[in-house]
Amino acid sequence: MPGYSDPGFDTLALHAGAAPDPATGARAVPIHLSTSFVFESSEHAAALFNLERAGHVYSRISNPTNAVLEQRVSALEGGIGAISTASGQAALHLTIATLMGAGSHIVASTALYGGSQNLLHYTMRRFGIETSFVKPGDIDGWRAAVRPETKLFFGETVGNPGLVVLDIGSVSNIAHDAGVPLLVDSTLTTPWLLKPLEHGADLVYHSATKFLSGHGTVIAGIVIDGGSFDWAASHAANGKFGELAEPYDGFHNMVFTDESTVGAFLLRARREGLRDFGACLSPHSAWLVLQGIETLGLRMARHMDNTAKVVEFLAGHKFVSRVGHPLLESHPSHTLARKMLPRGAGSVFSFDLKGSREQGNAFVDALQVFSHLANVGDCRSLVIHPASTTHFRMSDEALALGGISQGTIRLSIGLEDPADLLEDLKRALRAAEKAGA
Amino acid sequence: MELIVNGRKTFCYTAGKPFDAAKPTAIFIHGVLNDHSVWILQTRSLAHHGWNVLAPDLPGHAKSAGDPPASTEAACDFVLALMDAAGVDKAALIGHSFGALIALEAAARAPQRASHLVLVGVAFPMKVSPLLLEASQNDPEKAIAMVNTFSHSTLAPPPSSLGPGTWLYGGSRALMRRVLASNPRVNVFHAGFKACHAYAGGDAAMLKVTAPTLFVLGQHDQMTPPKAAQSLVRAAQHPTVVTVPGGHQMMLEAPEAVLAALREFLQP
Repeated sequence: MPGYSDPGFDTLALHAGAAPDPATGARAVPIHLSTSFVFESSEHAAALFNLERAGHVYSRISNPTNAVLEQRVSALEGGIGAISTASGQAALHLTIATLMGAGSHIVASTALYGGSQNLLHYTMRRFGIETSFVKPGDIDGWRAAVRPETKLFFGETVGNPGLVVLDIGSVSNIAHDAGVPLLVDSTLTTPWLLKPLEHGADLVYHSATKFLSGHGTVIAGIVIDGGSFDWAASHAANGKFGELAEPYDGFHNMVFTDESTVGAFLLRARREGLRDFGACLSPHSAWLVLQGIETLGLRMARHMDNTAKVVEFLAGHKFVSRVGHPLLESHPSHTLARKMLPRGAGSVFSFDLKGSREQGNAFVDALQVFSHLANVGDCRSLVIHPASTTHFRMSDEALALGGISQGTIRLSIGLEDPADLLEDLKRALRAAEKAGA
Repeated sequence: MELIVNGRKTFCYTAGKPFDAAKPTAIFIHGVLNDHSVWILQTRSLAHHGWNVLAPDLPGHAKSAGDPPASTEAACDFVLALMDAAGVDKAALIGHSFGALIALEAAARAPQRASHLVLVGVAFPMKVSPLLLEASQNDPEKAIAMVNTFSHSTLAPPPSSLGPGTWLYGGSRALMRRVLASNPRVNVFHAGFKACHAYAGGDAAMLKVTAPTLFVLGQHDQMTPPKAAQSLVRAAQHPTVVTVPGGHQMMLEAPEAVLAALREFLQP
């Protein structure tokens, strides 16, 4: 490894967490499809249950294949460890459920994936956890939303689909002043574009379904702890984190902050969260994500190259009224993105056609290389027309509040030959224009 | 639990177990810019198998008040005072790196108070390179990166302090940053390295130790390579040497092997 630093990104993407299997010599990571792992003795069994010794017991709690994924993503993010989960939503829920209970409060960005917005606005509220939503760029709004019972700040690195960049440094400062951590959804950027922990975030999670896996084959999530947030100090100052800094009778009266100065969150999240809520990841799915991560650097570079070409093409097209990508000076996050995301602000973005809902449909139907489906971050290019699919029940006024018009199209730029992508878009734009004639 | 040592609040990890005077006691002493938590996979086990465990944060580190010890001898004073405060006459003294020098000095200064001596990742002399000494004072983040690189030996460690999925490069870095930030008055990083660097009494101390002594050395340790412990091994009256497959942070990189060595050695 060069100099006094961790190995480089691509080396970690290939090697972190994995060595040749000592039993078989297998070089690739084996898929350990075993629910359970044999104890050496009764004493060993008791020691594992009591956290005296570290090891695998049951695959809902941990699994050797999943552990490789957890170490690898931790390495890429600069974290201290991670927990893989059944989905990105499961990672978000695990984080919230580990840190708080009824009576708690979250301050979250308005620019969230719809599923996250649902979880916070509707579902967690049913369990007594309230959320205040703040526009990600409204720095004073973040501060003003803090309540005595606030336990968490939450935002996305770049909001979906408007790509509003979260000023992680400024927002994390406000969170830390309030004695709470900042959780960041880094799904759309991946650590190749941005490492939120280096900017001040404390916890990061991914829908690994997207770019980490990268091939549209698997549902998976992962939450990474940066080890930076001092739960014990915050609890001593304002009593916010008894979940981690007080004896927990649900687990041997353990005081997690005494057991680990920097890793209390992960201890409780695994030992309570995976044990009780059980949203674990299949080892087979973990392996598929690992397979994707091995080429993450190569893929992200190509995603960015292709995205730049598509953005340039669309921005110059007469039938396009707006392209929502920070590459363009017209984007509200252009300056912040250049500073925080020098390699690019992602390949999922939206643009507006000068046309009706029907013309939007015609555009999507005419595409041949882009696939019309509800996902992002695939190696294949994807498209969706929000007004007729994900947001079809919403009025024009409600759509406008969300930054969506009848002509808004969301793209996820894949790895195809860029000339073919541009040709496909040209053909579809012609079809959309004709549909309005 | 909290003890008052020399009038200062001192945090001691006990694995949540109350102190029991009927049990033997093991004192675990951490190294430079670490705290009690580096011992988690050894302390918790011993505490649940017949031992009182006292794993303090050294003065001025993490949750313990006071000034960081300015020398190995001063740190030894602290350990003996800690034993007094806890009402412990005799204990197994277990130290890692700088903590190993402290344990050695204590076992030499008060041989009757050391039932066992365990030196993990030890070297004598424990000279610190001028570059690292300087960086620890003027560019601690650079020094943390250096120590982190030198202290780990594998990109694929086994399940460790946080269970499966622990990433030790990140964990050690986060702990060092946290301990450094825990003392805004004194740079505990530089103070610790200076104390290691200045300690001249190792061989003489080893000759005075009467307790059986276990050396736990990391096969891939770049900070304190096994060969750097050999003068102490030669000077020890009752040495046992165990080499484990890990780097300098072997308690975390090879937790099972370190624990097995400890349990074998500490058997009554």
